[in-house]
Amino acid sequence: MADPSYPEDLKYHPEHDWARIDGETATFGVTWYAQDALGEVVFFDAPDVGAEVSKDQPYTEVESVKAVSDVFAPLSGEVTAVNDALADKPETINEDPYGEGWLVKVKLSDPSEVDALMDSAEYQASLEQ
Amino acid sequence: MIAQADDTLTIYERSKAGRRAFVAPELDVPERPLDELLPPETRRAERPRLPEVAEPEIVRHYNRLSKRNFDLDTGFYPLGSCTMKHNPKLHERVAGMAGHARMHPLQDPRYAQGALELMWRLQDALAEVAGLPHVSLQPSAGSQGELAGVLLTRALHEDRGEHRTKVLTPDTAHGTNPATVTMAGYEVVKVGTDARGNVDLDDLRAKATEDVACLMLTNPSTLGLFETGIEEIERIVHGVGATLYYDGANLNAIMGISRPGDMGFDIVHFNLHKSFTQPHGGGGPGAGPVAVSDQIEPYLPRPQVVRRESTTNGKEPFYDLDYDRPKSIGRLRGFQGNYGVFVRSYAYIRSLGAPGLREASETAVLNANYLLALLRRAGVAEYLPVAYDRVCMHEFVLSGEPMRRDLHIKTLDMAKRLLDHGVHPPTVYFPLVVEEALMVEPTETETKETLDHFAEIVADILREAAEDPEIARAAPYTTPVRRLDEAGAARHPVVRQAM
Amino acid sequence: MTRYTSVTDTDLSEMLATIGVGSIEELFADIPAALRLTRPLSLGPGLSEQEVYEELRALAARSTSAEDEVSFLGAGMYDHYVPALIDSIILRSEFLTPYTPYQPEISQGGLQAMFEYQTAISELTGLPVSNASVYEGPSAVAAAGYVAKITNGRKRFVVSRGVHPHSRECVRTLAHAWEMDVVEAPLNAGVTELPELGDDVSAVIVQQPNFLGAVEDLSALAGKAKQAGALTIAACDPLPLALLKTPGECGVDIAVGEGQSLGNRLDFGGPSFGFFAATEALMRRMPGRIAGETKDIDGKRGFVLTLQTREQHIRREKATSNICTAQALNALAGVIYLSWLGRQGIVELVELMLQRTAYARDRLGAIDGVALLHDRPVVREFAITLDAPVDRVIALCREQGINPGYPLAREYPEYPNGLLVAMTERRTRADIDRLADALGAAVAANRQTVRTGA
Repeated sequence: MADPSYPEDLKYHPEHDWARIDGETATFGVTWYAQDALGEVVFFDAPDVGAEVSKDQPYTEVESVKAVSDVFAPLSGEVTAVNDALADKPETINEDPYGEGWLVKVKLSDPSEVDALMDSAEYQASLEQ
Repeated sequence: MIAQADDTLTIYERSKAGRRAFVAPELDVPERPLDELLPPETRRAERPRLPEVAEPEIVRHYNRLSKRNFDLDTGFYPLGSCTMKHNPKLHERVAGMAGHARMHPLQDPRYAQGALELMWRLQDALAEVAGLPHVSLQPSAGSQGELAGVLLTRALHEDRGEHRTKVLTPDTAHGTNPATVTMAGYEVVKVGTDARGNVDLDDLRAKATEDVACLMLTNPSTLGLFETGIEEIERIVHGVGATLYYDGANLNAIMGISRPGDMGFDIVHFNLHKSFTQPHGGGGPGAGPVAVSDQIEPYLPRPQVVRRESTTNGKEPFYDLDYDRPKSIGRLRGFQGNYGVFVRSYAYIRSLGAPGLREASETAVLNANYLLALLRRAGVAEYLPVAYDRVCMHEFVLSGEPMRRDLHIKTLDMAKRLLDHGVHPPTVYFPLVVEEALMVEPTETETKETLDHFAEIVADILREAAEDPEIARAAPYTTPVRRLDEAGAARHPVVRQAM
Repeated sequence: MTRYTSVTDTDLSEMLATIGVGSIEELFADIPAALRLTRPLSLGPGLSEQEVYEELRALAARSTSAEDEVSFLGAGMYDHYVPALIDSIILRSEFLTPYTPYQPEISQGGLQAMFEYQTAISELTGLPVSNASVYEGPSAVAAAGYVAKITNGRKRFVVSRGVHPHSRECVRTLAHAWEMDVVEAPLNAGVTELPELGDDVSAVIVQQPNFLGAVEDLSALAGKAKQAGALTIAACDPLPLALLKTPGECGVDIAVGEGQSLGNRLDFGGPSFGFFAATEALMRRMPGRIAGETKDIDGKRGFVLTLQTREQHIRREKATSNICTAQALNALAGVIYLSWLGRQGIVELVELMLQRTAYARDRLGAIDGVALLHDRPVVREFAITLDAPVDRVIALCREQGINPGYPLAREYPEYPNGLLVAMTERRTRADIDRLADALGAAVAANRQTVRTGA
């Protein structure tokens, strides 16, 4: 994706991850900033369905040719789905980080954790620093 | 060389059924049925699909491949941290002597005295260079030497009944250092670098707790700078009972001038393929011997090469492999190490002697400072400033950040454009603490003219970029291949010929 | 100036002036005075090339090499014939003197050679992924253990007593650092007898053929490991793989081994190379460089180092290994050798060794006072036990210009007079006959057992 974008309807984590909340479930991914810093993504090490993720802890890794990055969970819960399409086309994370480049879907264990996340404006402000 | 369309054919693609270079000698013993000797269930279903080519085609294939490589014998190779100094041609001749090359490692020591004596003398010489008395030649390369060092540290602390879990490395450390720490079962803790390019002593003091086993340091550092606080570092680290480990990658700056043992290091590793001229071979072989203090000696890998003085009058000392080492960490590899590398490094040390080794380091530092001075001139310095404004040692680090910002070409593009000028680029994007890093190590075996020429080339590329940055960004143009799709290679790796 | 440096007096004054200092000494000002050496190193003066040559020749003369005796020493390294074309290629500047291919555009020669080598190793082992080399055999076994550890996180290795003693010791040395425990599986009638495997076993480690020369049933061993959820690591002698069922066919996860027999000299134990091949599932955890095929921006075929995110220069403390410099030149010798042997030649070579080994085993086994340690199939090496002190027998053979093999007692005290006899294509029938005669005479002259029937 050529230009920076940080959709308004998402919540953001300081380690450059986003969450789309839908009641008790959420979808996670990495932000435009993260995919830009990484470069062309070549591999996404998908966690297993059923795995537990914890807020602020890394739950997987994304690799580019020259770098590896931990991916942090913005919220806690259990993985209910993994984006299998990324196995064949990991570069989707670069092309469409908020849409087809989603990483996992999670059933939230503590929806109140959402309050600790930033909105689009706050996240962009944090990038300026 | 004129490129040919089929230059990228692999040896498999050049094969044709029935061609061969080797024909086995006639069977001179009674032939027994194969099934008797190796029952069918023990045998593979298909033969390995190795190439089928005769000798001329093999020679031509690999010769043509070789011409698609740039190499040190051909041109300037200022790859920082690698010490690409000339590989003396004598060394292949001596390494090829049958009494060295055709020695079986398990030959009875009584019949391997020449080999064991050579190893013992090399140990002695390395001990003198390091300023630490006991040397093991066993480790296969720098990384394995580092592993030895951290395992030796573990053995020391275990012997004292101490259990420590962390190892400190500066944030400028070569990647092998933290990788080694993890492999050795410790947790890595990074220590920061101050504004002068030295280890941040306050950060070190804060992190040097009794839970720390070791500090791994390179001196001069990977920034090419001498750690001026080394005496205080030694006090801090020894003060908490940790060991001080010297990564010998940058030894080329100080041979005969200062010694890591005298700086207080407990363990030192050498890269024989760096300061001691073992040819790099496209990625090895090398060797990574370690030198240690009296305190650490009991834990050295087994076997150790020792000299046993004769108890009988007039008899020669006897060189032996000592396995009787109850506190040894054990083995890191088979047999006794990369002996062929020892032969070459020993020949080098004998060729240079004390005055030559010192002169090598002085000249390495002179050449680096001279090249740095050339690159600090107008036209270059404003785009590629030196990362730390100090006298450098044998290498220096420039930052390509202003070049990126003002000329719109990155360190990567500069490196690729250098290829078109027939030189190997410096090390890029290391150390990590410098943005758009370019690490330059000319070594002592280059002439002033080569250095002058390199500085001109850099200036030319910058001038060209000011006019048209696209040129460097799409470089190289004149190499056997141009920029390669590394992302594709990592996404869907093809790591062997399909058949 | 020495013969390798070029700074003349004129150069020096110009360079110092450009730098802006008065002497070289000033460039070392950052080194505290207390740390400056105030005497020359005790290394003697530098010598001329000729003097160094003579010294190295004198040292060489004090060692008995495979040139000086008919040697049946094996136990991990073997006196094979290294064809002349190997040196003529690997001593070329373009292969000998560059470093690791960090700039692939000017390293296509080395990278393509790695790709060709990886293919050959994959063919030999029957496993799809090979790296571009590791240091040598025994450390490769430990490195494979590390892959098992980071894959399944379990805490125990089960290592066969048939694995080379140096490899077993490397595993123990590293396992200690990983706080893992090593259990030895004994040999029974020459082959591995695996104990019951619990779910704490990370990997089962075996050798093929084993140290006593016996062909193991790798499929059965791998099957048991798999049932327990453990990985199987097989340390293999590469040439016998031309005939033997491949580790891949047997369900082995990682095949490693000592590559010295493939086009490399003995060199008193190194440098050689280790090979490392594994299943697709383990590809992203493998240590070492891996060359991959790709295209450049003009669509031309090219090769690059790939999956570099496994490696220390990127992943640092989370790297799958700390390896940087490996054994690229030796691996190049390996692939040239395998190309020289070729698809037909390698089978002929190994079948020749097989037949001669069988002949040697028959002749030695028939000697009174010599017993075979086991009767399993062997390929190029076998173990015997003598009814005479083995050191004495070796000394007498030596007087006949023969080195009969490796005495087992140090690492296998259960065979105090055991001897491991190895074959290569250089040992002819005439050599074997000489061995049998010398060994026979030596044993007869030193029989231990008092034959009273008691």
